[in-house]
Amino acid sequence: MDKHESSAPLLRARYLRQATPFCAGCGHGIFINAFLRAADEVGLDFERTVFVSGIGCGAWVPSPHFLADTLHVTHGRAIAFATGVKLTRPELEVVVISGDGDLTTIGGNHLIHAARRNLPIKVFCLNNWLFGMTGGQVSATTPPGAITATTPGGNPHRSFDLVKLARGAGAPYVARWPVARPRWLRQGIETALREPGFAFVEVLSICPTQYGRANRGQWANKEASLPWAMLSWQEANCISRRKAQKEGAEGKIVVGEWREGEETWDV
Amino acid sequence: MSKKFKVELDEALCKGQACAICQNACPQKVFAISDQPTPQGIWTLRVANPEECTGCRRCELFCPELAITVALIGKEAPEPAVPLPASVAVTPDYGGWAEVPSALPAGVHFLSGNEACAEGTLTAGCRFYGGYPITPSSELMVHMAHRLPEVGGTFIQMEDEIASLCAVIGASWSGIKSMTATSGPGFSLMMESLGYAVMTETPCVIVNVQRAGPSTGQASRPAQGDVMQARWGTHGGPEIIALAPWSVQEMYDLTIRAFNLAERFRVPVIVLADEIVGHLQETITVEPTVRCFNRTRWPQDSPFGTEADDGVPPMPAFGEGARLLITGSTHDARGIRRTTDPQTQERLVRRLANKLLAHRNEIDDWETYFTADAERLVVAYGSVARSALWAVQEARRRGQRVGLLRLKSLWPFPDEIVTRCADDCREVVVPEMNLGQVVREVERCTAARVTPLSQTNGEIIDPRRILGYLLEGRW
Repeated sequence: MDKHESSAPLLRARYLRQATPFCAGCGHGIFINAFLRAADEVGLDFERTVFVSGIGCGAWVPSPHFLADTLHVTHGRAIAFATGVKLTRPELEVVVISGDGDLTTIGGNHLIHAARRNLPIKVFCLNNWLFGMTGGQVSATTPPGAITATTPGGNPHRSFDLVKLARGAGAPYVARWPVARPRWLRQGIETALREPGFAFVEVLSICPTQYGRANRGQWANKEASLPWAMLSWQEANCISRRKAQKEGAEGKIVVGEWREGEETWDV
Repeated sequence: MSKKFKVELDEALCKGQACAICQNACPQKVFAISDQPTPQGIWTLRVANPEECTGCRRCELFCPELAITVALIGKEAPEPAVPLPASVAVTPDYGGWAEVPSALPAGVHFLSGNEACAEGTLTAGCRFYGGYPITPSSELMVHMAHRLPEVGGTFIQMEDEIASLCAVIGASWSGIKSMTATSGPGFSLMMESLGYAVMTETPCVIVNVQRAGPSTGQASRPAQGDVMQARWGTHGGPEIIALAPWSVQEMYDLTIRAFNLAERFRVPVIVLADEIVGHLQETITVEPTVRCFNRTRWPQDSPFGTEADDGVPPMPAFGEGARLLITGSTHDARGIRRTTDPQTQERLVRRLANKLLAHRNEIDDWETYFTADAERLVVAYGSVARSALWAVQEARRRGQRVGLLRLKSLWPFPDEIVTRCADDCREVVVPEMNLGQVVREVERCTAARVTPLSQTNGEIIDPRRILGYLLEGRW
């Protein structure tokens, strides 16, 4: 048992305005759980933190739920708004929480430029592999071949590797963590929140309602609830960077953190 | 002896068997589906076998609703009665009018319109500029890049015009007066955020140094093609304030006024300049001090609503403990989304319009020349009004009873003054560097015959052309 850790009711009372409207088993809820524990541990002062989010399910994580200043903006532009906030009020923490559709599909330009500038904000991209809120359409991170509402025959295009994208754009700290590993995720969020510069964290989330149902055949675990089947798949298919360095990634998703100045930018 | 754990599940938060992550995550089968559904029809999970718990906490860390607590019996965390105390102490700031020193030394200066505009923003208190280079507004941005650091402000060249206005809005909510400048194509890219600024009641100033369009058009040539876009370009049809300077002096003065209106009404204000006044170099007079309006910032519960249906709510800034909920979606007075409630939508949209329309006396701005006995009236704005004034003076000299109404504010359209000046005239003439935009508004305001004098060749309208029409009816 971790020391001094706040209980769930206390975390809710301290940091949450209301219960979330997310679907049952939404991976974004697991992120909220991990984020609040990490924020509590790090001592992130919600009264001195501005949460900026765009449009989509991921953008609803901080707004209206977090008991802090929240700026819920136009589709794709969260990082651009956050830039104006951080530059004028550098003493405030500025945290962007939004989805893959918002931050990397319509808003990818702002992401790479914030990374290039090393703007000292924290960006958490909740990647559920498609546009959830609008009905499950393909996004820039949908895996090739995946079924979505707008790729009924399977996604014909390749997807962004968000870690490589952010690294290539110059982000000094990049990480990827799956919601299927809540302890890794929480630890990773803590690390990112303590970073002095621009930090980008790709959170591998799950969307049972849209992605899970459309690609039901992919989830091996047939007995469990759909969210758990997806989490089981995610756990089985993610490999830590450390382990991948020893054993190779073998087509798995490498999770971990990458820092500027490291000798290798591979796995 | 093995440790005992207490497992608590808040069934009011549980989303039930469609999630069931706790049940699946638990290696000890502590959880089970309830025997009967809630009144809402949710088959929630329940703690069925707490004695089996080994304290691995997988359920607690996975639960998307933060509904589960696992605690070592006898070592449960003490529950403080209240959340963390507020860390921010804010002193009241009611804003309002203040006499402030000019950013330039008092006296006469020789500047371009774009430079004068930049100096006007600094005098008005602007301390953030986010922009993207575009002809013919770029000198304004370059000037700001040099001058803002000198006055303790922040300048950034953003990645595009979309990001520019977004950053400006973010900075404004930091409590900083903010602006951007652009021209046609960039103005088009700003349209979505312009509506966001209207809906979130964010004061900011957008200078559009108009150039000849459509599209890329003629980048270094003047036009007045964005008048209707300023009013109707963003979706949803909100009211907007737009000002039209005709000189370098007014690039300075009207920019200060734009900031004052933005702060007074919590709106984006557009300065509709054009390439001619942007690049023109003239002397201007700078007063030692200028009256500037600062937003009311006293934090309170309703930063997005007022009792009055034409009111302007106070505007707290980030980091003041106001726990702001800022959204472009329809929201109530506290900022909470009400995206399907008809009353909230109607009330909000009407107040956003009324707060400008009910205060026309503070916004409408114009100048008249020789209108008292005029039989014919020229209505002009921006640089074209310079040509119009010369033509009217020449026509007067030749015995024509012609007057000029120069509009300094274009939106909300100053109907009253147009009606008052035009109704005794037999003809109203509207020269414009477009295919006819303000002329349509003028037609709406008067029964007199209205004649558009349109020119869209990327050239300034020659005063002799307007005189030719006034004397001989030629265009």
